[in-house]
Amino acid sequence: MARLELTGVEKRYGAVEVLRDVNLRINDGEFIVLVGPSGCGKSTLLRMIAGLEEISEGEFSIDGKRMNEVPPRDRDIAMVFQSYALYPHMDVARNMGFSMEIRGEGTPARRSKVAAAAATLGLSALTARLPKALSGGQRQRVAMGRAIVRDPRAFLFDEPLSNLDAALRVEMRLEIARLHRRLDATMVYVTHDQVEALTLADRIVVLNGGIIQQVGTPLDLYETPANRFVAQFIGSPTMNVIAVTPAEGGVRLGNGVLLALPGVSIDVTELGIRPEHLDLADPAASTMTGIADVVEHLGSDTNIYAQVEGIGPLMVRQHGHVALRPGDPVDIAIQPGKAHLFDTAGKALRQA
Amino acid sequence: MATWQRANPLMRTGKLAAIAFYLCFALFPLYWLIKIAVTPDRLIYTEGTALWPSEFTIGNFTTVIWQTDFLRFFGNSLIVSLSTAAIATLIAAGAGYAFSRFDFRGKRLVIALMLLTQMFPLLMIIAPIYRIIAAMGLLNSLSSLILVYIAFNIPFATFLMQSFFDGIPKDLEDAAMMDGCTRFQSLRKVILPLTLPGLGATLGFVFTAAWSEVLFALMLIKSNASMTFPVGLLTFVSKFSVDWGQMMAAGVLALVPSCMFFIFIQRYLVQGLTSGAVKG
Repeated sequence: MARLELTGVEKRYGAVEVLRDVNLRINDGEFIVLVGPSGCGKSTLLRMIAGLEEISEGEFSIDGKRMNEVPPRDRDIAMVFQSYALYPHMDVARNMGFSMEIRGEGTPARRSKVAAAAATLGLSALTARLPKALSGGQRQRVAMGRAIVRDPRAFLFDEPLSNLDAALRVEMRLEIARLHRRLDATMVYVTHDQVEALTLADRIVVLNGGIIQQVGTPLDLYETPANRFVAQFIGSPTMNVIAVTPAEGGVRLGNGVLLALPGVSIDVTELGIRPEHLDLADPAASTMTGIADVVEHLGSDTNIYAQVEGIGPLMVRQHGHVALRPGDPVDIAIQPGKAHLFDTAGKALRQA
Repeated sequence: MATWQRANPLMRTGKLAAIAFYLCFALFPLYWLIKIAVTPDRLIYTEGTALWPSEFTIGNFTTVIWQTDFLRFFGNSLIVSLSTAAIATLIAAGAGYAFSRFDFRGKRLVIALMLLTQMFPLLMIIAPIYRIIAAMGLLNSLSSLILVYIAFNIPFATFLMQSFFDGIPKDLEDAAMMDGCTRFQSLRKVILPLTLPGLGATLGFVFTAAWSEVLFALMLIKSNASMTFPVGLLTFVSKFSVDWGQMMAAGVLALVPSCMFFIFIQRYLVQGLTSGAVKG
């Protein structure tokens, strides 16, 4: 159990700045997900928490104790690697008990703890195997078991599911969620998959270009993104963003239609609207008209990629099955109160 | 691959024939060595080109072992080769690990220098080496050979070890350190066991290089007492005759340690020890 705190943390490799002014408080027992595109610095941040990367500037502390100079072995933090990093010459049981072996704990204690962890992860039958005789999912479990056995103050996960196939990924995601609920431990999880982020996190930290874009609960990020990057990064399918001009009492769309939005700032240049907040409407009630380009029937939903006059491509997601074919004309309406507005810099503008 | 072979029996036969031909070609000198070693002296010239002598003897072997200095040469060679292999591999392992894992000032320069040392023909530096060894008072001693061989073998052995260390995922060390290891502990408990094939290969390489080296052994050793094996072979050549049978018998015996060494390390060389470490 631990409270992790990053204050003004920076990371530089020579002249290259990887992370800038990271301030983050991770509460005891909280599940934090660091999310962002490749190269945004999320893994580096995790490795700095682990102690595997030096902190160029700022302070990292656990429960109020400065950790910058403390080597990884003394931080009492467990990490699950993307590559699993199982010791290939040790069997599953020894892999899982290796930290206790290093601490010099006796064989009986080790054996009972490893057996307990193996049982929770469904690995009991495999403890005598070498990693090379395991499947990807089993290796993943062993890697998690190695962390659980230690009973650490915090768990770190570095894209732990990205080497698994889709079905296994969903299964392991649930497993990690259950694990967090059972252990009630502080967990920091790095991923580039926003579905993992939204489903697992208590709070999500969105990173881009080494800078924290926004910190908030999954719903916060979905409903009130701080800027265009977060708006487009969180949520699937991606939010539509279209150019608009400020007008009296609202904004004017590219096709000349005035969308009534009271109290709009004159700085507005773009409007974001999620595909699920666009509706196919009667021609009378619609604000936009276009032609369906591609229609994806997913069963539960229908995704319509439309070319809209004066505006460009838009994606509409409708619940259930919609009998629409490519080339059909579509009339689209924006659900009231669901539009997001951004200024030139991409910053979200709040409506008064 | 397997289906390809089954589909083309002709290609398969051709391939096997090519391999067989190459093997015969490569192993024929060895065969000739053994053949002469077991041929009685009086038949060496009369049956010179026969593929197998009409009479078979192990007399050459017993003479070589019991009536010449062969055992001493053999012992000297063993001392020199084993010490060289052990020390050079130890140093190369340390250097290779550093090159593989750390970034330090002058790393590229050191690597370039080490490559440079491999470019000179040994003949060029015989004279200076001789002077240096003479000045150190090490002429006619086995330690002079050990010193020189170590120096010559370290660069290549280092590159060899570096490539083995490069093949071990860095995540494994990180994981070991997260699990509570110091860097040294992670080296000993995780990296070292995985590097055994590499250490075996490097040991074998340096050992055989030192075992068969003749140029420096010839220059630096004059006394019979500290002659190594390849130089000792030349003692079978006297002013008036060459004792072919004994020379070949000694040659066959000299092959034994190299062969044993490779049989011993072969299983390490073929199996990929790191498989299953990461991903899959």
